[in-house]
Amino acid sequence: MSTPQTPLPQAVPSAWEDGYTSPIPVVRTHLGHALASEWTKIRSVRSTMWTLGVYVLLVLGIGLLFGLIIVNSSSEYQGGENPLALGFFGLLVGSVCIITLGVLTTASEYGTGMVRTTMTACPSRTRVLAAKAVVFFLVAFTVTLFSAGVVALAQTALLTGNGARQPTGEEWLKGTVGVSLYMALLGLLSLVMGTILRHSAGAITIMIGAVLAPLVIAAFMYAQSLEKVQEALFNYSIPSQLAIFYANSDGPLRDSGPSGWDPLWIILGVTAAAFAGACALLQQRDV
Amino acid sequence: MIELEGLTKRYGEKLAVDNLTFTVRPGTVTGFLGPNGAGKSTTMRMILGLDHPTAGNVRVDGRRYQELKDPLTYMGALLDAKAVHGGRSAYNHLLCLAQSNGIPDRRVHEVLDTVGLTPVARKKAKGFSLGMSQRLGIAAALLGDPRILMFDEPVNGLDPEGIHWIRGLMKSLAAQGRTVFVSSHLMSEMALTADHLVVIGQGRLLADTSMADFIERNSRCYVRIRTPERERLLDVLSTAGITAVEQDGGLLEVEDGEAERIGELAARHRVVLHELSSRQSSLEEAFMQLTAGSVEYHAHTGQAERAGQAGQTGQAGQAEPAAAPVQPAVADMKKES
Repeated sequence: MSTPQTPLPQAVPSAWEDGYTSPIPVVRTHLGHALASEWTKIRSVRSTMWTLGVYVLLVLGIGLLFGLIIVNSSSEYQGGENPLALGFFGLLVGSVCIITLGVLTTASEYGTGMVRTTMTACPSRTRVLAAKAVVFFLVAFTVTLFSAGVVALAQTALLTGNGARQPTGEEWLKGTVGVSLYMALLGLLSLVMGTILRHSAGAITIMIGAVLAPLVIAAFMYAQSLEKVQEALFNYSIPSQLAIFYANSDGPLRDSGPSGWDPLWIILGVTAAAFAGACALLQQRDV
Repeated sequence: MIELEGLTKRYGEKLAVDNLTFTVRPGTVTGFLGPNGAGKSTTMRMILGLDHPTAGNVRVDGRRYQELKDPLTYMGALLDAKAVHGGRSAYNHLLCLAQSNGIPDRRVHEVLDTVGLTPVARKKAKGFSLGMSQRLGIAAALLGDPRILMFDEPVNGLDPEGIHWIRGLMKSLAAQGRTVFVSSHLMSEMALTADHLVVIGQGRLLADTSMADFIERNSRCYVRIRTPERERLLDVLSTAGITAVEQDGGLLEVEDGEAERIGELAARHRVVLHELSSRQSSLEEAFMQLTAGSVEYHAHTGQAERAGQAGQTGQAGQAEPAAAPVQPAVADMKKES
């Protein structure tokens, strides 16, 4: 620490060597600093808590409700079906929350102008996006795993007492970790979309549309010649892909389309491509 | 130290910043002055690496801003006071910025204390007045105790006490040897704080000078005379070798004249005077003349065509001094028509 000096008014090439020296230790920042910063950001706004709260309520509420309805109406549930499958409906409705939270993580900074402050503090734009992505993904995955896990345990307990079979190990894995990864990636895709569009409402609309539109469009495709398109729309729509995690492991529901862990690889590929695109746009655009 | 070299930014057809070259030096407060829309904020965004220059480059302590690894400890900036997430508390806003640069948490408390926001540190930024938001923005700029500080219109929305505080703050920061770069569209504000002045209009550099030089060069001294015997006085003055310029409302003005001498001349020739006063045009006036040709948004239509008449060299304004101290641009219009 040197004493502050009054620099000479004339321009010498090394003029910036003079002047004030801060007592604060100089730190070479890395991704860890950006992660800490983003973690503070995501936990310090109430909208995160609200969105995640509603998400957990929807997943738990709808999952348990369906379980209870089926238990009370006795004979409806077939013994051969995967009892975890009832968790699907809660997650499908809850996806709206995950999409919203993902989009808001990035797009809200554009709305408020906070993004300029963020990018001034961390000029590496890719690092900012990566940090946001990691923090969001871990939060979304953990919360989904908790909710889906609770629902799965509750439903197995309710339904096995009612004649349903015990889920296999792979069914457990898919019905908890699998769907959690899928939902977290869906949220991550929304986060990337928020960066690309820089507009909260627009990005949320597009993502919810992407979840719902293919099924709705397919449902009204009557023409024979469009049969193939209709089938593809059905098979590759996000709700259908989410349902694959709950399919019976002894055989696919449909004879075509993705099966097993395919949905995870598909959304991983799409998200990675979108992420790369977003990084390129971030580098190129003015903040 | 901030060095700009031929910095240019074009948005489509519009040239927002046009070939700016100047240097902001440490140890002084450098005022960055220009009318609204002159390109001040765009220039500042390019300094921070937020906007990509169309041409030219800018260096912060010899490096591009993007190359700085812990930028907040090099340079603190206040761009837009309202650019915070409204739902986040002042403390958390500063904390997330501190963490991103590895700045110790205690600095957050220190800067909150410096700007006087400690009592509302846990309150959401949404409820802050513009003045409080400015203080929060200044706190963020000071967070890394940087050697370069940049403020975009920092006195906006501050009350008189706040304005007084920020003036003192900027001066003390510069006195510690830091580089302080502050923009404003108010000449009077700059005259009180800045040691050096950079004036731009429509993205072009109009002046890069020390404040003292600017005042000396641009404050016009003249003697104003009102008399019922105009012709006689004009004769008397011209015989004595003094040139008087006739102005609106029967006024006479003598550039760099001595009121004493004119008064004595008038008395000797028994010319009745109703007014004899030494006057100095304000810096605000000088600034308006300097930028008259480059004001982006005129209150009157049809004046944009006058662009180029003043400006360019930074001294053109002196060539044709405005008649009335208030609204010289309007007075010029009258004379032309």
